[in-house]
Amino acid sequence: MATSELKPGNPEYERRIDPATGEFRVIEQGQTFKSVTAKISDIVLTPHTPMGWFAFFAVGGAGATMLMVALVWLFLKGVGIWAITQPVAWGFAIINFVWWIGIGHAGTLISAILLLFKQGWRNAINRFAEAMTIFAVICAGLFPLIHVGRPWLGYWLFPLPFTMTVWPQFRSPLLWDVFAVSTYATISVVFWYMGMVPDFGTLRDRAKHPLVQWFYGLLSLGWRGSVRHWARYETAALLLSGLATPLVLSVHTVISFDFAVAVLPGWHTTIYPPYFVAGAIYSGFAMVLSLAIPLRKFYHLESLVTERHIDNMGKLMLTTGFIVAYGYGMEAFMAWYSADHWEAFTFWNRAFGPMGWSYWLLLTCNLFIPLTTLWSRKLRVNMTYMFILSIIVNTGMWFERFVIIVTSLYRDFLPSAWGTYRGTKWDYMTFFGTVGLFLALFMLFVRFAPMIPMNEIKLMLPGAKIKPKEAAAGDGR
Amino acid sequence: MPPREGIYGLLAEFDTPSDLVRAAQKSYQDGWRRLDCYTPYPVEEAAEAIGFHRNKVPLITLIGGLMGLTAMFLLETWISTLAYPINAAGRPTYSWPAFVVPAYEWTILWAGLSACYGMFALCGLPEPYHPLFNAPNFRTGATDDKFFLCLEALDPKFDLMETRAFLETLEPVSIVEVEY
Repeated sequence: MATSELKPGNPEYERRIDPATGEFRVIEQGQTFKSVTAKISDIVLTPHTPMGWFAFFAVGGAGATMLMVALVWLFLKGVGIWAITQPVAWGFAIINFVWWIGIGHAGTLISAILLLFKQGWRNAINRFAEAMTIFAVICAGLFPLIHVGRPWLGYWLFPLPFTMTVWPQFRSPLLWDVFAVSTYATISVVFWYMGMVPDFGTLRDRAKHPLVQWFYGLLSLGWRGSVRHWARYETAALLLSGLATPLVLSVHTVISFDFAVAVLPGWHTTIYPPYFVAGAIYSGFAMVLSLAIPLRKFYHLESLVTERHIDNMGKLMLTTGFIVAYGYGMEAFMAWYSADHWEAFTFWNRAFGPMGWSYWLLLTCNLFIPLTTLWSRKLRVNMTYMFILSIIVNTGMWFERFVIIVTSLYRDFLPSAWGTYRGTKWDYMTFFGTVGLFLALFMLFVRFAPMIPMNEIKLMLPGAKIKPKEAAAGDGR
Repeated sequence: MPPREGIYGLLAEFDTPSDLVRAAQKSYQDGWRRLDCYTPYPVEEAAEAIGFHRNKVPLITLIGGLMGLTAMFLLETWISTLAYPINAAGRPTYSWPAFVVPAYEWTILWAGLSACYGMFALCGLPEPYHPLFNAPNFRTGATDDKFFLCLEALDPKFDLMETRAFLETLEPVSIVEVEY
């Protein structure tokens, strides 16, 4: 329901709208420290696992099993089981890699950049967005490893002193990728775990079963909430955000160098770094929505993950969507303005060639549907619509990577070398397998870790305000 | 090492952060230095009240970042010019602009790891056992919705009776003796 339809005096208005800002409330009224602790930690500590959890975990587990089958066959037979050949030597593996890494970026954006900008509303969604980042990076990291063909030699990518005394080539963007992605994965895990330590302390103290107490006690590192510790913790969190911000921007930039440094028409452009980063954040927010909307419904978290969050994420998608649109526009413009025959042909071929359908599909999913409808607040807080839209955008973003990789490669300079590309069943099994792996990991996270940071929510409650003595008198929480 | 027997300190429990901050301020003004506050979420005012204004995490992070930067840049230079020079179309082996990207990533990696590990090291964590966990109300409240002030026995001002009397004046919900 739009705010304009909620008039003051209407009981709905009082409940959902914050009079100070006229926006939806970040947290519903009536929450206390105790209710927040109980709500979030009981999801983890309850001995009763909802049946729905098993259903989702089974789906995810089935996908992960399919991935395992595909990988075993890949390791036995080699990358020939995929559709990659000349001229399209980079197929699904790189598409999926870029897509998954991009999805991860919104998690870091929420946890780091929005923290630096003091966007308090992010607090409720940052934990599971970070978890999403880590699982997306796990899925992404798998692809470069398996597409090298001999994954057991993957360590050659690192500058390690081994007997052949062969060292990596530091002038290659592919090697920069190794450092960008491994740093990104490490820092994301560190940031995520560090943020959970105080909440693990809460779980340790609330757990009834000795084994559970021991488990969370171990994870909490003996956190006891000393304000000296908190002060250092806050400083470290702020510093990590400051570090993660340039990091997240650099990761997709470096990935775009893999393409932009090549001389291939359609890849060799300067718009790639910002265009990749914006696209990454765009798809990442879509994935956060795909996860947040079912989570808040099934775990009844509507009071903590409110319409405000969904609304704001819709706005952020609108913004990044327009940056992506600018990227598409600039590609078309440069194809004409560069007066480069090959560049112009590549663009024409993208839109009207035999694989033109993928280009129009991507424009429909990424621009035509979201950028026309996200203007409406009514639609931005319509959960069903936003969920469907998030799936559409992620489909569109997958096709964006498909268009970039396949339609640039399949018809390059020499017409006699032209070919086509069509994924094999192993390609699809690997791709959907990683989706399953992602889902399975996420379900495990939801069951065993606090998915909303309790301490950061408590910080935002009215009870957390420090009041002078007189005002505090008789003011219960 | 602190003594491992007897009393660790007196623990006063408060219901609101405002009460805790006031109590902490009064204790600090009274001359207490071995004291600490325990809260379920960061209460900056309480840290200020007990005279904890600055910490060393930024310095550690800076040193870590600079070490990462130097380490990676030197490694790249050594590999590309001495250990395994590759002549790629006659380009210089010491092509430093290309070395910037991995060096940049390692700056962030080392700085981030230093920030996290440095923070835990300064806090003395992991520390699975702490005397405060012996206080029954601490276990149920400190990470949930209660606010604690602990005046420690190591402070020269500490005297079981007098300190208890002093804490009474701060109007806590309860006062508990914490044993090692």
